[in-house]
Amino acid sequence: MSFDSLTALVHDSAVIAKRNIIKIRRVPDVLVFVLISPIMFVLLFAYVFGGSIDIPGSNYREFLMAGIFVQTVVFGATFTGAGIADDMQKGIITRFRSLPMSRTAVLAGRTASDVVYNVLSLAIMMATGFIVGWRIRDGIGEALVACVLILIFAYALSWVMAYVALIVPSPEVINNASFIVIFPLTFVANTFVPSQNLPRLLQIFAEWNPVSAATQAARELFGNIPHETPQPEAWALQHPVLYTLVWSVIIVAVFAPLAVRRYRRQA
Amino acid sequence: MCVAEPDNDDHLALCGVSRLRGAGVMEAHVDRLAGMSRIGWSVLCCAKYGATNRVVGTKWPVQSGIGSKEEREPDVPGAIVAEGLTKRFGDVLAVAGLDLTVPEGTVLGLLGPNGAGKTTAVSILTTLIEPDSGTALVAGADVVREPQKVRERIGLSGQYAAVDDVLTGYENLEMIGRLYRFDRRRARQRADELLEQFELTDAAHRPVKTYSGGMRRRLDLAGALVAEPPVIFLDEPTTGLDPRSRLGLWEVVRDLVARGTTILLTTQYLEEADQLADEILVIDHGTAIASGTSDELKARVGGERLDLTLGNEAQLETAVMIMRAVATGDVEIEREQQRIVAPVDAGAASLMRVLRELDERGIELHDLSIRRPTLDDVFFALTGHTTAAAQSAGDGDGLPADRREVRTR
Repeated sequence: MSFDSLTALVHDSAVIAKRNIIKIRRVPDVLVFVLISPIMFVLLFAYVFGGSIDIPGSNYREFLMAGIFVQTVVFGATFTGAGIADDMQKGIITRFRSLPMSRTAVLAGRTASDVVYNVLSLAIMMATGFIVGWRIRDGIGEALVACVLILIFAYALSWVMAYVALIVPSPEVINNASFIVIFPLTFVANTFVPSQNLPRLLQIFAEWNPVSAATQAARELFGNIPHETPQPEAWALQHPVLYTLVWSVIIVAVFAPLAVRRYRRQA
Repeated sequence: MCVAEPDNDDHLALCGVSRLRGAGVMEAHVDRLAGMSRIGWSVLCCAKYGATNRVVGTKWPVQSGIGSKEEREPDVPGAIVAEGLTKRFGDVLAVAGLDLTVPEGTVLGLLGPNGAGKTTAVSILTTLIEPDSGTALVAGADVVREPQKVRERIGLSGQYAAVDDVLTGYENLEMIGRLYRFDRRRARQRADELLEQFELTDAAHRPVKTYSGGMRRRLDLAGALVAEPPVIFLDEPTTGLDPRSRLGLWEVVRDLVARGTTILLTTQYLEEADQLADEILVIDHGTAIASGTSDELKARVGGERLDLTLGNEAQLETAVMIMRAVATGDVEIEREQQRIVAPVDAGAASLMRVLRELDERGIELHDLSIRRPTLDDVFFALTGHTTAAAQSAGDGDGLPADRREVRTR
């Protein structure tokens, strides 16, 4: 065979991703949910919390928006888990296993095609945010970097959920199983409230939580942090872009091999 | 081989006898032809042998069977050769030391009830799962050490159609072609060819979930044929299909065999194995319990079956006595159904005799018929228990294994 294993992986993942994207188009219910829930999140947080929480020297709604973006794509990783858990129940997996294709491609194709969901939900959220008064205050270039960073972080997390999907006994469990991971990560963070207001122990967790770093990075890049805001103390929040990227690499490096090994073993 | 021994006339004559049925004529001529060029003899012998082989084609008796040694085709490597395969799932030994050989271009029917280990055996041979022990070569590649090579050379089609419901038939086949690393054009072309061949062209661009059961199964089989593999595994290909679809699938299988494909077919139906397989391997609890051609197996289980259902439970013992008197083997008794099944060899005469005696003793009949042996009968004859009992024991559904079976004699 003329394909080396990396070429094979990329080629086969592309074939699988294409299949998943055809399915997104053909089963629009999922897509509708993917697009409606971010709108709901933006509106809910902007109007329910937005009016009641006051951040000195800042517009809370604007502060909140990056947090909602990150939180929503983190939740979106559940779709990867659900998609894989669903596939594993279907006969098509037997076909994939019996083909001389890359063993990693079924998972890599899924995490790749789920980027489409995240791109769409991010675009929808930004549009909704714009309507309720959120603005990009620095350059468009920085904003794009923020979007790419959020997508990279989301991609890494979808490998975590891919692994979770392969260890849970049935697809029904996947939502609850993923919430156990996702809720603490997204709430013990600076997504909705500044981390300095938290109790000391939670504050430390929040400061070093990669979700906080991703949020902080997005806030900075969108220009949503007022100049008078003091510099964060934690190193992670002082270098949020780097810290987020390092975490994304570590997450993929750990969970992709775990998930692939699990997939190979499952009958 | 004949050619290997060109300078020994005696051996040559023997060789002729062993290879050719009805070769007595040739043997008689050996002395007279002793003066003939030895090379000429070899050529004659082998040419004739070759012709026989071609005519017999895939119906040539196969290895690992009970078939007489003389009739076996030597020196042909098996397309599938498995030795001592075992696989345990928790407490259940799904496959327990299974050996099998399928010579190139032949069909092996793996026959057994649900839970006998058929699907596990196929899963091992198609590299879906690794065996706990044992070895298997499929199309020359080791299933444990060279799984990708095996996957390049096999096609798998199963009971649960391995196709994507949301994609169209065409998209499914194109995707499979792409995963075999065909370029786009070839993948599309192959998809079109197969859709045409399986009469799915009209439905090509409809999502598979709109297909009927038979259409899905055809698409699934088409998926197994995308790369035109030399070895194909069909795991209960017709289970749950209507009779018409079943016949259609049989045609496809025959067509594949005619083109030289080696096939391992699992089935619960004796008739299906009978129709398609050159050799049948009966398995139960993960091991082979019998093998041979369909005729050999039928001979082993005896001729027809007299199938009696009573109207009055109290008369069961008497009826059993009457049935035993005509039976040529073990009589199977299902107390709950008040049913007695006996192998007989005198056909209608046995039926008449039983009928007369039942009538004389005033036994109430619900049903009495004579029929050909079923898988259940083969099973009972080979194992002393019915397939249903084997299933309930295997599935652990709480049904005691002896509920339906009473071994007599």
